[in-house]
Amino acid sequence: MSTTKKIAVTALAAVLGASTLAACAGGSGDGSTGADGSGSRTVTLVSHDSFNASPDVLEEFTEETGYTVKVLKSGDAVEALNKEILTKGSPQGDVFFGVDNTTLSRALGNDLFIPYEAAGLERVPEAVRLDPGKHRVTPVDSGDICVNYDRTYFDDRGLAPPQTLDDLAEPAYRDLLVVENPERSSPGLGFLLGTAAAYGDDGWQDYWKKLRANGVKVVDSWEIAYNQEFSGSAGGRAAKGDRPLVVSYASSPPVEVLYAEPRPKTAPTGVSTGTCFRQVEAAGLLAGAGNEAGGKALLDFLISKRFQEDVPLTMFVNPVAEDAELPPLFTEFGEVIAEPRTMAPEKIAENRDQWIQSWSSLVLR
Amino acid sequence: MVLARPEVAEAPAGDAGPRGRNPWRGKASPRGAAVRAALLALPVAFFTLFFAYPVLSIVGRGLRVGDSWHLGRIAEVAGRSDILGVLWFTLWQALASTLLTLLIALPGAYVLARLDFPGKQLLRAVVTVPFVLPTVVAGTAFLALLGRGGLLDALWGVRLDTTVWAILLAHVFFNYAVVVRTVGGLWAQLDPRQEEAARVLGAGRLTAWRRVTLPALAPAVAAAALMVFLFTFTSFGVVQILGGPAYSTLEVEIYRQTAQVLDLSTAAVLTLVQFAAVGAILAVHARTVRRRETALRLVDPSHTAHRPRGAAQRALLGSVLATVGLLIAAPLAVLVQRSFDGPGGYGLVYYRALQSAEASGGTFLVPPLQAVWNSLQYALAATAIALLVGSLAAAALALPRTASGKASAAGRVVRGFDALLMLPLGVSAVTVGFGFLITLDEPPLDLRTSWILVPLAQALVGVPFVVRTMLPVLRAVDARLREAAAVLGASPLRAWREVDLPLVRRALLVAAGFAFAVSLGEFGATVFIARPDNPTLPVAVARLLGRPGELNYGQAMALSTILMLVCAAALLLLDRLRPDRSAGEF
Repeated sequence: MSTTKKIAVTALAAVLGASTLAACAGGSGDGSTGADGSGSRTVTLVSHDSFNASPDVLEEFTEETGYTVKVLKSGDAVEALNKEILTKGSPQGDVFFGVDNTTLSRALGNDLFIPYEAAGLERVPEAVRLDPGKHRVTPVDSGDICVNYDRTYFDDRGLAPPQTLDDLAEPAYRDLLVVENPERSSPGLGFLLGTAAAYGDDGWQDYWKKLRANGVKVVDSWEIAYNQEFSGSAGGRAAKGDRPLVVSYASSPPVEVLYAEPRPKTAPTGVSTGTCFRQVEAAGLLAGAGNEAGGKALLDFLISKRFQEDVPLTMFVNPVAEDAELPPLFTEFGEVIAEPRTMAPEKIAENRDQWIQSWSSLVLR
Repeated sequence: MVLARPEVAEAPAGDAGPRGRNPWRGKASPRGAAVRAALLALPVAFFTLFFAYPVLSIVGRGLRVGDSWHLGRIAEVAGRSDILGVLWFTLWQALASTLLTLLIALPGAYVLARLDFPGKQLLRAVVTVPFVLPTVVAGTAFLALLGRGGLLDALWGVRLDTTVWAILLAHVFFNYAVVVRTVGGLWAQLDPRQEEAARVLGAGRLTAWRRVTLPALAPAVAAAALMVFLFTFTSFGVVQILGGPAYSTLEVEIYRQTAQVLDLSTAAVLTLVQFAAVGAILAVHARTVRRRETALRLVDPSHTAHRPRGAAQRALLGSVLATVGLLIAAPLAVLVQRSFDGPGGYGLVYYRALQSAEASGGTFLVPPLQAVWNSLQYALAATAIALLVGSLAAAALALPRTASGKASAAGRVVRGFDALLMLPLGVSAVTVGFGFLITLDEPPLDLRTSWILVPLAQALVGVPFVVRTMLPVLRAVDARLREAAAVLGASPLRAWREVDLPLVRRALLVAAGFAFAVSLGEFGATVFIARPDNPTLPVAVARLLGRPGELNYGQAMALSTILMLVCAAALLLLDRLRPDRSAGEF
């Protein structure tokens, strides 16, 4: 056997051996922590891909309680919740974060959560408590889905940016708006629900007919709408996007500022404040959780002042606790949405599928 | 020098098939079956546990209501006109993409196999890069070619985004390497003297190619076509990004029904439809290929390539380079350009930001650069698993078939398993991922949150590549070489080590390259597995693209560029590993 051959064979054997060993070690390690059950010092948070927290905030939780947080990211919000429903009784973690108005009924209908009234809940206004009385979920943040506009585009033309849903159907804004498909995207769904809240169960269809006649463009995801089609975002500018209006979040303009270097004096984009739909996001203790005590401690922490004040800059949403202060970036570059539209979870559950269906035959076909 | 020694290979070609005499026939026939069974044990266990069991479980969950099967659902869903529309679109776009890819990539396979030119290694690596790019990134890059303000738009005012052409061309972009590497690998080892002999005997250039080279290449072309078809049949990201909401494949629909709507029964039926379609294709493939496989005379590739001769070859080289430049290099170049195009002009802003978790604003708990290391580790583990499982399976499948009636039944089982190994390429990643979730949740197989699940899922996609790359070469090994070894007293194992292994080492490296590349870019099943915060490169890129802001977008581009470089470097290294002096060794 030649030297090269020997080396190749040895290397292959080594890789195979090492990976097998590592696999065994990994397997047994996981097994032992799982078997510890309630005595475990690890608490597992299952969430969607957009979940974020500053490392030092999570460290503070560990210092205070002795529990280490392990975060499992499990797809987008709907997908992550559906996975928990599929694995009900044998959950992947202890706490699930990421259920909102649009998905709450499905979660509660499947008895996914154990009731727990988190310590400090009195600092959270009644209006955002999604499951008052039973406390199966604890509200953590709220976010507004709004139309964003490209400031430069409207400044250059001396045209006032649209402020309301009605404005969007005006001829002045023809062929300017890009929205996400509510079938496949959560901001898309939020925007559709906003129009249903504004024009009523039987009126929103006419509004969408007008939008369609006014040249609304539909794409499948927020990423495509915001980073490809929208002319106001950094990604969209690079991709030569030509739609100056996009369905995004009220927090998108401050985030554009946050990630621009050097920091601009004003945000490159603005928010059409009359187009907003508010979503409240909550967390719950999973039925069958291996570490219930740790899970409860984590829920308490999620509405603590420390975590709440971390939320705007890591997940770009608003805190729900009244004592949490917004960072200067948000007060300086963000806009306060005084009267967002909203909808009860039960009503959404009742109508969502049917609305999406009639929406797609109305707008896509 | 010719690898297969002339005194053995120069016998009449008529009875040179693998069915010829074999070392295990006669006294050792039961032993042959035992060897085959032993070789197959691990691959069978692997596929049962990590593919069949999860997939069947999730399909079963969808079709059961309480304790009874609800099979009426199948006809009900499969008969819906919208579902039939999706099936039709899925089928024809996959067929069209496959034909287009073969048309565009076969000249490339020839050029890389038979012509010598400066930068050949680099070209080989470059065409493979798209293959590992996550579709989110490649889609973005492709829009820069076909979309608004793109190259075609700037030159001729042509925009192809949201048309079916964008989907087809993007499929060519992704799968060019499959054809070039699978077909080119064999082409480079075909003895050109056979074609030359035909020409000496009076055949024209085209006739000689058609009668000598093409039949020899057919199995590899069929294998490549099959892989491209399966990939495009299950296309997900490309269709979503470039086609827009108007186009939907079965894969997209399965994702929607499983992950978004949680309508498991509809998803189960769609999975079965996908199964049936893929099964039919595999059956057709098995039937056509079986008739064509013969032992080939394989030679050292370094002796078959030559500098381009004549105007025709130079023109061919030129047109291949132009195609690769426009279709593959241009979109990649856009990514690189955007990764450097910072706010204050060109610079390294985005690359610097990748080094700290803070600069990512909490997008990650670790510096994004950590994802490079994660990806490499996963890909190495996945490659090892895929090579182990895939080579064992290929070795078992390549064992000579015996002539007795009993053995032909066994042969059917083996061919069945051969087709089964390809199924993971044609089955929805969503189905597999969600299947993992509901099956691997109890000790000793509580793997749901274990890191090993990621390489296992990736290996599932890698194994078919290993098998498909190695099988044609293994089957082409002349059985009489083994016989000679056996006559000279070598044990079957020794005969394999001394005869087969040296001949297939190149195929093994090509296979390893494929498995590694596939694992590096694998995004399907990996994203459906909940994982602690140690993202792979594609996952990290997707997460950065999911947030607004210049720095995030720039970092996504920078990370994609790094992914491209890592992949290109790995492939160049693998190509290097093949020693140029190999001829002297045998």
